[in-house]
Amino acid sequence: MNIDIQRTDDSLVIKLSGDLDHHAAGKVFESFTALPEALPRRCTLDLGGVTFMDSSGIAVVLGLRRRLSYIGAELSVVNAPAQAMRVFRAAGMKEI
Amino acid sequence: MRPTNELTLLLPSRSANESIARVCVAGFAAQLDPTLEELGDIKTVVSEAVTNCIVHAYPDTIGEIKIRCRTFANGVLEIVISDRGIGIPDIEKAREPMFTTGGEERSGMGFTIMESFSDSCIVRHRAGGGTVVKLSKRIEPRT
Repeated sequence: MNIDIQRTDDSLVIKLSGDLDHHAAGKVFESFTALPEALPRRCTLDLGGVTFMDSSGIAVVLGLRRRLSYIGAELSVVNAPAQAMRVFRAAGMKEI
Repeated sequence: MRPTNELTLLLPSRSANESIARVCVAGFAAQLDPTLEELGDIKTVVSEAVTNCIVHAYPDTIGEIKIRCRTFANGVLEIVISDRGIGIPDIEKAREPMFTTGGEERSGMGFTIMESFSDSCIVRHRAGGGTVVKLSKRIEPRT
């Protein structure tokens, strides 16, 4: 799992690539912990490079959204591949 | 009905083995000529079941995960994933969406996804301790 975090003054983009399973999710959560306290109001989680995702990906999205909600920031999840979308839909997350 | 082919895997409950388990089972399932979507579903249910063993069955130790796969002439793939871990105290509760004892790094959607992506998902206590998850999925023949 590769995690690429790009920050500008008004946005934060987190790009994930590789398999997003329980093994990889620990590393992703660690990267969230390392984010600075002051975050932009707009955050994008780009899943375009994800080659496989199970329910660990749902926990990643919910964990990041929880972190951002503390500061009133919004999260957009973009470029989710078809396999990941099936997992989100099965979990009732149809608006990804 | 006799199986047309079988595969048995034994893996230690290390998280690095999640990908090995799903790739091995997907390779075995390929003989049924699944679509990419069906193959993705198979990899997903295996990943969920193996992760449950790692997180819940063996939370403080490394134990053995056994995966037995069988194919049948009617196109059914059967996957049985078992462990000798601490077991699930309340299986019905564990199958409820969003229920987890795994902390914020787990979503509690593992069983919901296993049920959604398979034709049958049976969970039972294993005699002598542990849990058995039996998943079945019929691969429709393509014309």
